[in-house]
This record gives sequence, C-alpha cells and structure tokens, in this order.
Amino acid sequence: MHDAWNWLSEPFQYVFMQRALLAVAMVSAVSAVIGAYVVLKGLAFIGDALAHASFAGVAAAFVLGGSVYLGAVIAAIATAMVIGYVSRRARLSLDTAIGIIFVGAFALGIVIISRQSNYTVDLFSFVFGNVLGVGWRDLLVIGVMAGVIIAIVVVFYKELLFYSYDPDMAAASGIPVRLLHYGLLALIAIAAVVALKAVGIVLVVAMLVTPAATAALLVRRLHLIMIGGALIGLASSIIGLYVSYYASVASGAAIVLVATFLFTLALFFSPKRGLLAAMRRPAEFYEVERQSARSPPPDLV
Amino acid sequence: MRLLPGKRSEQVPSDGAAVVVEDLWAGYGDRAALQGIDFEVPRASIVGLVGPNGSGKSTLIKVILGMHDAWRGRVRVFGRESRSVRRLIGYTPQTEMVDWEFPVTVHEVVTMGRFGRLGPLRWPTAVDRRVVQESMERMRLSDLANRQIGELSGGQQRRVLIARALAQEPQVLLLDEPMAGLDATIQHELLSLFQELRDEGKTLLVATHDLSCVSCCFDYALLINRRKVAYGRPDKVFTIELLDQAFESHLITLPLDGTFYVEHHGHA
Repeated sequence: MHDAWNWLSEPFQYVFMQRALLAVAMVSAVSAVIGAYVVLKGLAFIGDALAHASFAGVAAAFVLGGSVYLGAVIAAIATAMVIGYVSRRARLSLDTAIGIIFVGAFALGIVIISRQSNYTVDLFSFVFGNVLGVGWRDLLVIGVMAGVIIAIVVVFYKELLFYSYDPDMAAASGIPVRLLHYGLLALIAIAAVVALKAVGIVLVVAMLVTPAATAALLVRRLHLIMIGGALIGLASSIIGLYVSYYASVASGAAIVLVATFLFTLALFFSPKRGLLAAMRRPAEFYEVERQSARSPPPDLV
Repeated sequence: MRLLPGKRSEQVPSDGAAVVVEDLWAGYGDRAALQGIDFEVPRASIVGLVGPNGSGKSTLIKVILGMHDAWRGRVRVFGRESRSVRRLIGYTPQTEMVDWEFPVTVHEVVTMGRFGRLGPLRWPTAVDRRVVQESMERMRLSDLANRQIGELSGGQQRRVLIARALAQEPQVLLLDEPMAGLDATIQHELLSLFQELRDEGKTLLVATHDLSCVSCCFDYALLINRRKVAYGRPDKVFTIELLDQAFESHLITLPLDGTFYVEHHGHA
C-alpha cells in the first residue's frame, strides 16, 4: 500500500512534473471544449493545419526575438482567416483550401528557421512538444489563453450551438453566422497554440479530436461532450505522464497514445454507440434463432 | 418590461398582402433558378408551392427568407425587406438538410426557435420557456423532449422542425416539403395544423409535390418551373395543360371527390 502511494506520488515531487500536470489540465479542458465543435463539424483537418501553420509564427518569433506564443497565435489565426475566406469565396473545397494554405505556412516557417544556424532545443520543443519543460511563464500564457477561450464559449454558447448544428437555419433566424464561422476558426487556432508546448505541433490535433471523439461515443449532449472530453483528456494526460516518467519515453507521445487507447475502449464498449453494442440483438431475435436451429426449415423443392 | 422602444419592424401593419414578390430573378452562378417570378400571398391563407424537382421551389423560399440574394426584383414581407422582419418568418428546411446525428435534444432544437428573438448575451426567460413548451405540446413532442433528435422517427423529426418554427411565434411560415415521405395519418394531422394556423391569422407557403393535398386543403396553388406557370385557386391551376407545361411531360389528372389524383404518364 505504502509502495503504491510512493509509486504514484514520486513523480509529482518534482516541480517540473507539477507544472506539467497544471499545463495538461488546462490543455485538456480547452482542447475538449473546442474539440467538441471540431469533432461535430468535421474540422479535424483544420485543427491539424492550424497547428502546423503556427510554426511560421514560432519561427518568426525565434528570429525576431518576440513572444513565441504571440507569433504562433498570429500565424494560426491569419491562416484560419485565409482558409475561411478562400473556402467561402473561391470554388474550392474546404479540404483543398486547407491543404494548400497550411503547407505554405509551414514551409514558410522552415525557410525562416533554415536561415538561422543555431537550431535550439527550445524550437524543437514546439514541434515535438515538451510538457516537462513548461515554465511558469508558459503556464501563465496557457492559463490566460485557456481562460479567454472558455469564457468566449460560455458567453456565446447558444449561438455556437445553433450555428454548429444548423448554420442555414441560424442565419435565417438572424444569428451572425459569418462572424461565428470566423470566430470558431480563430478559437480553434488559439486552442491549437495552447496545446503546442504540451504535445507539439505534430500531435496537437490528437488533443483536439481524440478526447472529444471518445466522449461523443459515450454521451449525446454538447456540454457533456465538452466536460467528458476534458476528463478523458485529463486522465490520458496524467496516465501519460506516469508512463513517460517510469518508461522514460516522450511525454507528448505517451499522452496521445493513452488517449488513443481510451478511444479504442470506447469504440468497442460504448453502451449505445460501440461496436459491440451494434452487434447485440433483442431477446426475441435470439429466441427465433434458437427455434430455427432446432427445426430446420422444410424443403421447398 | 422593454428597456428599448419596440422596433417598428416587429410590428405587423394592419393591412396589405403578407408576402409580395415582384419580377424576381435569382440563381447560382450562371444558372437562373428563378426567372421573373411575381405573386402576392394574402394574409391568413395557405399557398401550395408546386413544381418539378429543380423548378426553384427551395430557392424561392430561401430568397423570401433573405438567406439567398435576389439578382433583381423585389421581395416584401408585410411591406418590408425580409431581413428586417426575419423574426416574423418561420422556416422549416427539407429534412435531408438537417444533421440528425448532432447531439442535441428535441427541447434544445425547439428552444433554438427563440434564439433569434433573444439576441446575444441573453438566456431564455420564463416566457421563452413557456412558448417552447406550448410549441412542443402542439406538435405532441412533450414526451420526447429529452430525446436526441437522431432517435426519432421521420414523422417526429418533421414535427420537431415545425415546433421550432412555431416557437419563433412567426406570422408567416415557409415550409419546404414538410409532408414528403410521411404516412397518411401524419399528413392529415399536419394539414389540420396548417388550417388551424391559418385560422389564427398566420400565412403559410408550403412547397410540396402532393397535388391532392394542395387541391383539397390549401387556398391557393403557385405552379412554377423557374418561371411562374400559374397562380390561383387550386382547381383553376391544376389543369392538364398547365400541369403539362410546368412538369414538361404528360400527367394524367383524375378529379375525384373534389381532389386531384395525379398520375405520371411517360415523357413529353
């Protein structure tokens, strides 16, 4: 018993682990709240794209010596707006617009950074994530961005619900859907940046999509998907941190793998929407099956 | 108590037609879906909007709603631009346009009918909740209030869309194929609801493929195929010549007990 407690508490005796825990808690909450919209509106690709596009801002901030977060947010929001505009105006599918624009922004980031001779470890912590390297300043920035996002979603909850469920009807009712369209893209952009330091550009989309998708398999109300997604994200993060600590593996990847595992569990065992539930048949059906096995159907020919 | 003076646009003028459409052109890119449509819908009447697939019925409804821009011409609802009276216009889309898998309950969807009135930063009040309850009761949805919309039958889903439109407390209802694919019992329920609403003074424009419903129970029929083919009392509009003209093929119409039964008969 004592050993188990030691095993559980040992990693969090370190301040860097405590900071990591705080960071993943906030990242989980924000990612689930925004991720619910991402999952329900099928915007996973956009989430991935905005995380990658933020690299241009990260790189520019490194070269110019500005705030990395500010650079990332500006690059991600700018990309979100361009994608939103091009997909509305040009006769291009949203998919294609995203595919073209985000790789452009990502390539711009690589070009900027390749001019610099000193690639720093810090830069790579944004690409691959390093939640164990989160400092107090990072926590403050993540906290402020997380607070702003959640406040906006709470205040405009009913408009966002109507817009994401039925944009045409919402527009007909006088809801400003264009503003909400761009607003939601901007929120996804900021949420992607919040999760950057925790799991890295490459894995941000997993934080946005996986916990919310897992929750959507278990509950069928928007706010419950948000709350459930946050709890699932938090559980994945904590378990992932233990795995990372005891198995000495990359923390971001460990968190994402745990989240993927939890999703797989829900996919099979969700009581209403799981694969096993889909294979279940009512009792009457089994009764008929049993009877027809006992007496084979008469020969018709 | 109202802190701001009531907007003039919310008041319904006491006379004049409910909907007036003049020389309306609209479409998509280089395709004109509506070509010079004009008609007037008197208050407290039910108009059946009839025409073949692709004849512009949905586009006409969307232009009247202000969801789709007209190329030229005028649309007036109670003498005003439809965007300025959008609270007075209720709308139900075709069921295929709705995401039934979305995680919302019947009660939440019907409550959305109030959102346009509420405006930002305001949550439903006791009045809103009462209107939502009444709309659900009227469409016999009260027992299903907490069901996710994907768990409902086709007829129940249709009633949810109409309940949401009613929760808006509209004066004009634009319904896009509300009866398609429903069984006879539910169709009859809907028809008597339409007549009830008309008797309360509401104006209904209903897109439908069901000519017999229009001829038995509606006041007017508007027959279109991009252009207006005919508009008037159903028995004057549903003639063999006019229907052939609108559907660009031969239809056999069977007048029977005061209603019309229409049979398709090969291609023109």
